[in-house]
Amino acid sequence: MADITNQSLNEIIENIKTKKVSSTDLTKAYIKNIESAKKLNAFVTTTFDKALDNAQQFDKKPNFDQLLPGIPLAVKDLFCTENTKTTAGSNILNNFIPSYESTVTKNLWDNGSFLLGKLNCDEFAMGSSNETSHYGNVINPVGDQLVPGGSSGGSSSALAADLTPATIGTDTGGSIRQPASFTGTVGLKPTYGLCSRWGIVAFASSLDQAGPMTKTIKDCAIMLESMSGFDEKDSTSINKKKEQYSKNLKDNIKGLKIGIPKEYRVDNMPKEIDELWEKGKKILIDLGAQLIDISLPHTKYALPTYYIVAPAEASSNLARYDGVRYGFRSKQGKDLIEMYEKTRSEGFGDEVKRRILIGTYVLSSGYYDAYYLKAQKVRQLIKKDFDESFKKIDAILTPSTPSSAFKIGEKTNDPVSMYLNDIFTVPVNLAGLPALSLPAGVDKKGYPLGLQLIGKALDEQKILNIGYAFEKNCGFKNEIKKWWS
Amino acid sequence: MSKEKFDYFIKGEKGKYEVVIGLEVHAQVLSKSKLFSGSSTKFGADPNNQVSLIDSAFPGMLPVINEECVKQAVRTGLGLNAKINNFSVFDRKNYFYADLPQGYQISQYKNPIVGEGKVLLDMPYGSKEIGIERLHLEQDAGKSIHDMDPSNTYVDLNRSGIALMEIVSKPDLRSPDEVNAYIKKLRSIMRYLGTCDGNMQEGSLRADVNVSVRKEGDKNFGTRCEIKNVNSIKFMQMAIEYEAARQVKLIENGKEIDQETRLFDTKKNETRSMRSKEDAHDYRYFPDPDLLPLKLEQRLIDDLKKSLPELPDKKKERFIKEYGLNAYEANVLVSEKDISDYYEEVAKLSDKKLAATWMMGDLFAMLNDKGLDISKSPISAKHFAELVQSIKSGEISGRIAKEVFEIMVESGDNPKKIIESKGMKQQSNPKELEKMINEILSKNKDKVDQYKAGKEKLFGFFVGQVMKLSGGKANPQLTNEILKKLLKG
Repeated sequence: MADITNQSLNEIIENIKTKKVSSTDLTKAYIKNIESAKKLNAFVTTTFDKALDNAQQFDKKPNFDQLLPGIPLAVKDLFCTENTKTTAGSNILNNFIPSYESTVTKNLWDNGSFLLGKLNCDEFAMGSSNETSHYGNVINPVGDQLVPGGSSGGSSSALAADLTPATIGTDTGGSIRQPASFTGTVGLKPTYGLCSRWGIVAFASSLDQAGPMTKTIKDCAIMLESMSGFDEKDSTSINKKKEQYSKNLKDNIKGLKIGIPKEYRVDNMPKEIDELWEKGKKILIDLGAQLIDISLPHTKYALPTYYIVAPAEASSNLARYDGVRYGFRSKQGKDLIEMYEKTRSEGFGDEVKRRILIGTYVLSSGYYDAYYLKAQKVRQLIKKDFDESFKKIDAILTPSTPSSAFKIGEKTNDPVSMYLNDIFTVPVNLAGLPALSLPAGVDKKGYPLGLQLIGKALDEQKILNIGYAFEKNCGFKNEIKKWWS
Repeated sequence: MSKEKFDYFIKGEKGKYEVVIGLEVHAQVLSKSKLFSGSSTKFGADPNNQVSLIDSAFPGMLPVINEECVKQAVRTGLGLNAKINNFSVFDRKNYFYADLPQGYQISQYKNPIVGEGKVLLDMPYGSKEIGIERLHLEQDAGKSIHDMDPSNTYVDLNRSGIALMEIVSKPDLRSPDEVNAYIKKLRSIMRYLGTCDGNMQEGSLRADVNVSVRKEGDKNFGTRCEIKNVNSIKFMQMAIEYEAARQVKLIENGKEIDQETRLFDTKKNETRSMRSKEDAHDYRYFPDPDLLPLKLEQRLIDDLKKSLPELPDKKKERFIKEYGLNAYEANVLVSEKDISDYYEEVAKLSDKKLAATWMMGDLFAMLNDKGLDISKSPISAKHFAELVQSIKSGEISGRIAKEVFEIMVESGDNPKKIIESKGMKQQSNPKELEKMINEILSKNKDKVDQYKAGKEKLFGFFVGQVMKLSGGKANPQLTNEILKKLLKG
């Protein structure tokens, strides 16, 4: 048969179920792809032997009733995986092998899939280009000079390069949606609390959320269904009945009201982004949706608010990496304080240190009220903007990013311009809402561009449906030449 | 009971100084598992045997609140007559230390679970109300062990994550005696409630002591120093005395008192500066994003309130009314729940007043001597009641009762059996006694004559002879009556 690895997850599952391909052959095909794609640097760790073991076991005793029967999956290296090294892209966890499995990955394995390897990411998920990883930057299969986005850059790259049939990432300020947009793939950040955070290396607890990254909307629905669910081990997990997103996927969106926020148009935004947005609106109108102009007046404060709240939480979340109990410990240091200082100086990279410093500063006595407390208040206003708008609309359409994938090294010396990449994605995290980035077109260089659909809390099904209808009518096809193999 | 006057002042060269004390008591919550993990809280396990991935802060681990700990805090708050807050928040208190795995302690800062309350102290100069500022829940840290190796520190995380209640008093205490009474009262209330075992040796109850001094009559408080982590009442009292004297000396020498944190050195009996206000940690408190605010339904609070046991203050009132005890007796007998339970069992079966006297006398002395809690008493309440009844009925005398008591302690036998088998029953048969007395009188005719001639002091001699002959078993009252009658004849 033709190369199975360039099919969608849903197609592959059909092929497994109809026994057109075995799990072992499927796994071997991906291993072959991964081995010839080392240039992309998408993987930190591969688990080929274990994957083949799992595949063979599946083939011996296949269970086709599962959502992900015999499917090998690579996941972001921020998910703790039992007996498999988990680095979070950091030197400080360069030798860390968890004795436990994150809830989200466990859910995936319980649905029939197994681990293929751990995907590179920005260190502690802090970055928008996958250039802050201790394990080197990842290359976007779209072009050998391009970043794959971040922080889930290994995930987006591996997915677009057919190194995994689907994958998962985490999204704190856009870390799923922006890399999806940069690689012409689908990425969903679920409602805060839909996927358990237990066993995911924490960046900013009130914003972190795991989600699927896939080639199609249908795949996205399958993955979300597999990974989500209430977890009593996570106090912020939402206790609700599990939904069958893939079964309930519908492409009829007639009469739905789509909000167009006027604030999502920034200075110096390339014309192509505007044109893409217009194209998206037209497709939705053609599908029978109704466009409504809305205003989200506090949008302009979202980025500064995010860059106070996220580093504040990170500065505290990363305090546990002290060299005492696990992970990297500097051999130098005469006493406890010096051991801390050397361990953390050598263990963390520049971007992580920058955010720990910012976070420590904004929580300091005398600055707390002016920064952290104020940011929390603004966060409430941002959330209220969305709540008000959602009284009259079903979903919101915006661009996913203000540009297409940029060049490696282009923004590494300018953190603020790097942070501006998140301008359309962070408001969603601050409000805890679900949002989908779906490929919608290319710019004049041929680089993919994404549009973002934002839904009400727990309205994943609706934005997936809109995305499903959109996908069928958009005509986007990811044309990636395998220049690396 | 006569009322004494409060008189605890530090006498300086230039006058008398009042000592102002506030306590931050850390009470370990009585619960099977830790505040945010399922690990056991049992004392005395081998190092690092009661540590979960959460307690040791592995990547991706998340805290989940232990409902029982929340209920225990609410119960304690109710026992302190305090306001229970329906809305409270867990915050992170950030600092680095080897025995603090998360790099922060989960505590409550601006919104504690319990607000203002009060406790009543019975002091010799009357009852005194001590205000409670707040009670909040927080995690304990682990333990750094510095003396196992010359160059390394070892860390035991068994304690890491155990739930503590920090109970903050208002600066209402004025003497080491009041501190003693306050700690004992708090402990008593918590033990009644079953929310803290109050075991200071095992570290279940520790306190930070805030001390300041001011000239007698001054309205404003002086600058205070905080003495960290004192783990016995005796040390608290010693630390306060030392610290107050030190502050008075500074003031009288025209020096300023620095607001600082101090340590009490129990070997040298002195406090030492640990860190000044300038060096104080900036803990960067902020709400823990891993935990939702704690919202308590009023119904839960009401249910807990209904299920509270009778607390010492109420019980004391009842003991006075129901058992006819005086305030002092009632106070002693309600101080510990086990003591009050023991007393009530005894009082049900015997004379209430006599039971109180004998419990507070011989029983307490024996327990104290043997270093036993009343729950471990070698004499059961039932046996003790029988002993009291034997005294009350005149079956044995008080003197014999002491002997019976000793044998009860040794053998654990019931008093009836001891009295019978050893023939210790009091001789209360008038005819037998009369026979015995006549025998004595006829042997001592000379003394009888002297008595009749007016030497009435000799009466005691005859009583002594009766006791001697009866082996101490003669009923003293009856002996007196019969002696008088026969000597008249």
